[in-house]
Amino acid sequence: MVLGAHDVAAIWLTLRLATTATALLLLFGTPLAWWLARTRSWLRGPVGALVALPIVLPPTVLGFYLLVMLGPAGPVGATMRALGLDLLPFTFAGLVIASVLYSIPFVVQPLQSAFEAIGDRPMEAAATLRASPLDRFFTVVLPLARPGILSAIILGFAHTLGEFGVVLMIGGNIPGQTKVLSVALYDHVEALEYAPAHWIAGGMLLFSFAVLLLVYGWGRGPRVEL
Amino acid sequence: MSGLLARLRLPRKEFTLDVDQQMPGQGITALFGASGSGKTTLLRCIAGLERASQGVVSFDDERWQDESARIFVPPHRRACGYVFQEASLFPHLSVRRNLEYGEKRVPAGQKRQAFEQTVELLGIAPLLARRTENLSGGERQRVAIARALLTSPRLLLMDEPLASVDVNRKGEILYYIERLRDELRLPIVYVSHAIDEVVRLANRVIVLANGRVTAAGSVQDTIGRDHGGAVIEATVAAQDLKTGLARLSFTGGELLVADVDSPVGKTLRVRLRARDVSIALEQPRNVSVLNCLAGRIVQISAEPGSSVDVRLDVSGTPVIARITRHSAERLGLTVGKEVWAMVKAVSLDRHSVGYA
Repeated sequence: MVLGAHDVAAIWLTLRLATTATALLLLFGTPLAWWLARTRSWLRGPVGALVALPIVLPPTVLGFYLLVMLGPAGPVGATMRALGLDLLPFTFAGLVIASVLYSIPFVVQPLQSAFEAIGDRPMEAAATLRASPLDRFFTVVLPLARPGILSAIILGFAHTLGEFGVVLMIGGNIPGQTKVLSVALYDHVEALEYAPAHWIAGGMLLFSFAVLLLVYGWGRGPRVEL
Repeated sequence: MSGLLARLRLPRKEFTLDVDQQMPGQGITALFGASGSGKTTLLRCIAGLERASQGVVSFDDERWQDESARIFVPPHRRACGYVFQEASLFPHLSVRRNLEYGEKRVPAGQKRQAFEQTVELLGIAPLLARRTENLSGGERQRVAIARALLTSPRLLLMDEPLASVDVNRKGEILYYIERLRDELRLPIVYVSHAIDEVVRLANRVIVLANGRVTAAGSVQDTIGRDHGGAVIEATVAAQDLKTGLARLSFTGGELLVADVDSPVGKTLRVRLRARDVSIALEQPRNVSVLNCLAGRIVQISAEPGSSVDVRLDVSGTPVIARITRHSAERLGLTVGKEVWAMVKAVSLDRHSVGYA
């Protein structure tokens, strides 16, 4: 086996990170996407732009600000220290927060377009059939938005797998804790260990292709407009 | 107060809806008007899908909206069914599950409409296991009507339910709507811009234009007066199987009509379109026209273009003839003159006949 114990740990860590981040993104991204799809508030524009930022921003910029915010001198870090909590940088929890922010558009945007495509009518029909707003959301909106939800899960997961700059900034390179696959790959190349580098790079290439094939094949094209 | 009260004001880009109407708690009330006249907006306000900034909506003893008391009951708590212009069935559910969607959300104590009976009433039993996307326009609309009925509504709101139905299938849906009216005794508010539908179905008509009510009352008083024709109530006196003609009697005489299969004794409503009525100075002989009614001219009014509307009194029943101004002058028509109105039997078919 070309891959060492550290590499295997990195694979598991990466999968765990992507799963956790995707789950959290679905939980918080769904109401956000619903709000973006329905609101007529002036905040819609600014919030939409904020959500889309990670698409264009260099990941290191996002990582830098997170490090400053969460570090001991930053507003969040200082508060956490005052409360007797551990600091987030260089921990798995810190990586999760960074990943959630980093992958937000890849989850929120497909959900938002799916919700927008449904329109008002099915909700109105359900309302006249005695369904309360929450009831309508779970029994009409979510089932009708299923292709969009599937795209959101796949894209969010795959995008988190590939993050590098943010991780390096806020997570560092601690084996088993914050050393994800992309960082492991970087280490191997630095050390001129091309054989394991090929395995990791090739594996991620194949996996990403397979995942995107799922989205494009199943959902008739991605629901996300980038 | 019994029945439906809608007193609403709602500014829109194209018009301001401004109505104050009491509608009976029985029969079919038609909201009639051109598109953009506010009839759908009014219906949506009654359902609670739209909220007028000022107004009152109440049905029987329930107040659904009263802005002065800041009351607004959301649509899912109003006991009214709604049939949309496009059936708006849920594409992710089968026909049966669509029907059950509303039914299972009605509290047991308020359930009055049985599943089997409703399915039978609308003739959709063979469709239950089907997916909604495979249904024809007419089938969809029947499922949508059944779905609304299964919420056991006290009031049924229908927004142009025939608009997305194939011309050849309209009659079939009309037949089912008549069954609702006659068998379920469910009050219905029916939005339409098609005169034929209104004449056939409505007990009462509210005519809307630019968000305001321009006429309200019986079909005879509203549609007949303002929309190019007269509406006569008549009883089927005889059916001649050989000729395929039905003989209808009304206060002004008798009418022969083609292809109306209602039983003898049934009261019908016949719409005489003004342009289907012509005028003769003497009793016509040797003409193919079967219906010749003697009457007296009560009014001659100029219409746009080169035509005039001649209003006749046929023994108490108003009949309107639209003829060219040229003909009116040639015949020397004047108010008070005794003339004959001629109506071809074939111009009075099933589409111009409704049950009163």
